Amino acid sequence: MRILSLTLLAVLSSGAARAADDLGELMTLMAKRQHGHVQFIEQQFLAVLDHPLESSGEMRYDAPDRLEQRTLAPRQETLVLSGGVLTVDRGKSHRVVDLQAYPQAQPFIESIRATLAGDRAGLEKIFTLEFAGSIAKWTLTLIPRDAKVKRSIAQVRIDGAQDQLLRVEIRQADGDRSLMTLRPAPTP
Amino acid sequence: MRARRARALLVWLTCIIVAAIVVIRARYITDLSAFLPDKPTPTQQLLVDQLRDGPASRLILIAIEGADAAERARLSRNLAAALRRDPRFARVDNGEPVTEQADREFLFKHRYLLSDAVGAERFSAPGLHAAIAETVDDLASPTGLLFKSLLPRDPTGELLHVIDQLSATQGPQTRDGVWVSPTGNRALAVAQTKALGSDSDAQEQAVAAIRAAFAAAKQADTAAAAPTVGAAPAVGTAPAGAASLRLSGPGVFAVAARAKIQSAALRLSLISSILVVTLLLAVYRSLPALGLGLLPVGSGALVGIAAVALGFGAVHGITLGFGITLIGESVDYSIYFFIQSRHLLENQGEDSWQRRWWPTVRLGMLTSVCGFASLIPSGFPGLQQLGLYSISGLITAALVTRFVLPALLPKDFAVHDVTPLGRVIAAGLAPVARLRRGVVVAASLLLALAASLILIAHRDSLWNRQLSALSPVSLEDQNFDAGLRAELGAADVRDLIVVSGPDLESILRDAELVSRALQPLLDAKIIGSIDSPANFLPSMAAQEARRDSLPGAAQLRDNLRQASAGLAISQEKLQLFLEDVEATRHGALLTARDLRGTSLNTGFESMILHQRDRWNALLPLHGARAGEQIDLAPVAAALESAHLDKARVLDLKLESDKLYADYLNEAIRLSLAGFAAVAVLLFATLRSARRVLLVLSPLILSVLVVAAGLALCGVQLTILHLVGMLLIVAVGSNYALFFDRESHARRRVARAPEAQQPGSQHLGSQYPGSQPLTLASLCIANASTVIGFGLLSFSGVPVLMALGCSVAPGAFLALLFSALLEPGAATDA
Repeated sequence: MRILSLTLLAVLSSGAARAADDLGELMTLMAKRQHGHVQFIEQQFLAVLDHPLESSGEMRYDAPDRLEQRTLAPRQETLVLSGGVLTVDRGKSHRVVDLQAYPQAQPFIESIRATLAGDRAGLEKIFTLEFAGSIAKWTLTLIPRDAKVKRSIAQVRIDGAQDQLLRVEIRQADGDRSLMTLRPAPTP
Repeated sequence: MRARRARALLVWLTCIIVAAIVVIRARYITDLSAFLPDKPTPTQQLLVDQLRDGPASRLILIAIEGADAAERARLSRNLAAALRRDPRFARVDNGEPVTEQADREFLFKHRYLLSDAVGAERFSAPGLHAAIAETVDDLASPTGLLFKSLLPRDPTGELLHVIDQLSATQGPQTRDGVWVSPTGNRALAVAQTKALGSDSDAQEQAVAAIRAAFAAAKQADTAAAAPTVGAAPAVGTAPAGAASLRLSGPGVFAVAARAKIQSAALRLSLISSILVVTLLLAVYRSLPALGLGLLPVGSGALVGIAAVALGFGAVHGITLGFGITLIGESVDYSIYFFIQSRHLLENQGEDSWQRRWWPTVRLGMLTSVCGFASLIPSGFPGLQQLGLYSISGLITAALVTRFVLPALLPKDFAVHDVTPLGRVIAAGLAPVARLRRGVVVAASLLLALAASLILIAHRDSLWNRQLSALSPVSLEDQNFDAGLRAELGAADVRDLIVVSGPDLESILRDAELVSRALQPLLDAKIIGSIDSPANFLPSMAAQEARRDSLPGAAQLRDNLRQASAGLAISQEKLQLFLEDVEATRHGALLTARDLRGTSLNTGFESMILHQRDRWNALLPLHGARAGEQIDLAPVAAALESAHLDKARVLDLKLESDKLYADYLNEAIRLSLAGFAAVAVLLFATLRSARRVLLVLSPLILSVLVVAAGLALCGVQLTILHLVGMLLIVAVGSNYALFFDRESHARRRVARAPEAQQPGSQHLGSQYPGSQPLTLASLCIANASTVIGFGLLSFSGVPVLMALGCSVAPGAFLALLFSALLEPGAATDA
């Protein structure tokens, strides 16, 4: 019995160690990527609305901290994150936003940016990380550490394969959630 | 004789005491209004009021440089916090969201009164459907999350619409939570004083308070950093000591200019006094002579200031700055008196100077008075005061020389004999004097031609036509200010529409009409955007119309039921919207008071100018693309076709340039008139066209050469250079007149029957030493003038420098040319 539990413990801990290794390996893999270009479809499930909202477009990433999200439908809008500054172009309006001034937006953006950059330290500053699966097909669950952030984000779940992100699901604390599905952009 | 002297002294003493009392009790002003017109057109009035007392005049722009970004941000926050507690400041903005909560609450609460989209149509079933569909679409955007919670209360997206309406221009970027320049290398902030921009004392206190708060913030940071430095040196953290503060803005400039003019005037008056005193002491070798010699200057300055105080009610600081310029001419009078009367005293009794030289000095003084009198009709108080000051000062100095100095002369009074000095100077001039007269005249004509050619070649860049040329602020500081304004997003207001009316409501209504009239131009992208105070506070009429257009609860519920068909949001979830609309329907309308306590008030106030019984709304226009100049013709046409005759289009840059162009042209015209008056005066006195020409030609030549020299040095002429030219004529006319008197006297003697025997020896004995003495006295007088004005060139105050660098060389050249062009100089030698 004792041996059994010891064995179980060993198995469990070796599993945990392997998961940690895999997370490290995933981060290293992600950090190697310099550019990314994907198409996305995002669905938002909001309690206030009777049916989900859908938007789509494309995203580009340049290591280490430039992220561009170009929404094409239902309305054109371009967001560029570069350094700590977010530029929003929408219709006639052009806004430059210092993310420092909007701490509530930071976890939303950092969850994706830091994952893409393989910035484990950056992720762990805001979230506790849970890795599941293997490098070939993995799931990374991010849970906010800060109670204040927890009031807006319950968790972020990212599914991927190798260095590709496939799905990003953000569950908000009020039960609303958004689901973004990604696939590589067709090479022109 | 005794009684006459006693009377002269009594009159002088009384005048001096009265003048001293007036001077002590006078009001002194140091703002820049000396260079603003005193009888402005309504448009100029607007400019002037804005420059002096407008909200913009109360702004102090703050830049924190050095150290690192985090440190700058920390200093910015601490500085702003300290200033916000200071009752002298109306507001302090550094990008921190201190009023964000209040702003948002205000905008949200009053969104149905503020939004120009609100109308009966907006709340009909189709209107609601369209508005809600759009808002739901917006939610799909990544930024939509931020507005998600607003949807049930604000399904028509009215808050966003109001925000868009207000923020046609975006403020500076923020980094680390505070405003920074686009390059990020300095933190920016703006403080607005409660005191008017023209209240220099209050502005000085405000500037001192900001500096003190910054020093305290730095101190606190250094102290806080100290213990950690010992334990573990912070990597990459610049010490707080490396950070520096730079301030800019109209008040800051006024304070700096005042300090600069005061210190320059004091320092230069002191230095030039010491130099002139040393010079006079070296010449007279007599302390009583020195003391007496300064009497005309002192009396002149005192009476000059008193005259300005009585004539204008207040004395401009800049007028005092010109005070030392008076030393230049009025010291001359006593120099002439002492030196020239020396021999006469010995030989022909004490009244002979008055008989022989006083007419010449009087004529010289009158020509100067003519020159300066031409400034008095000027439309600008600065020039008027300068004119009155110089005229009364010069007349006083001349009268004191004529009537008071002789009365005060001790019995055995004698100054050192300067005849040897005069002989040395005459010997120095001898080689030129030996030249044939034709050569001298030809050389002068050539010089005049060359100078004229240079001036013609530089004619396009000869005059500085920018108002800023007169500013006592250095070009570097002006550029810094412009840069800071651009970075703060407060710069590019060049074109304005001005709406005037008797009260706030009427100008707000007209401002709304203007916005409506210009909508087609906005749509056609002829103009990019237009700011309006009515966006912050709509007119009562507009608010009432919006409130009345809101449907009643039952009606709205019904409209909403129809509207929500096919929408992602159902009517039940919009209960709060119904409540908010109902609250607005029964609530009060907004007044200017409601804006207070929000940062919106600043934006609103900066577009409203209330002066006496007139209200003005200023609506800045922005180009469709950054830096693009707006074509104002269609704007004016649109306003005209909408019959908005109370609205005027104003190009600020054009207006201020026009203002200065008028100013400059007027000054040029007046100077020419002054010159003509001098010529007429000379002709009336000398009664010989040839003599007038001989007196004027060295003066004209000096002015031409100085102007050409300045042009060659790349100096653009301003109005103060023009005043300098006038001074060259004024001072130089004395020299020319003395030479004229000499040669005229010689010619008379030569023609007289008892002087038939030829030979210069005889002439010399007839006028014992008068030629060398005249030369010596003129040279000493000239040296004192060149010292006085030469020092002005180093004052660092542009207006004074302009005066100095034209008069100092000009006065010297006037003497030189007068001596060289003197007819008979050749025969005499």
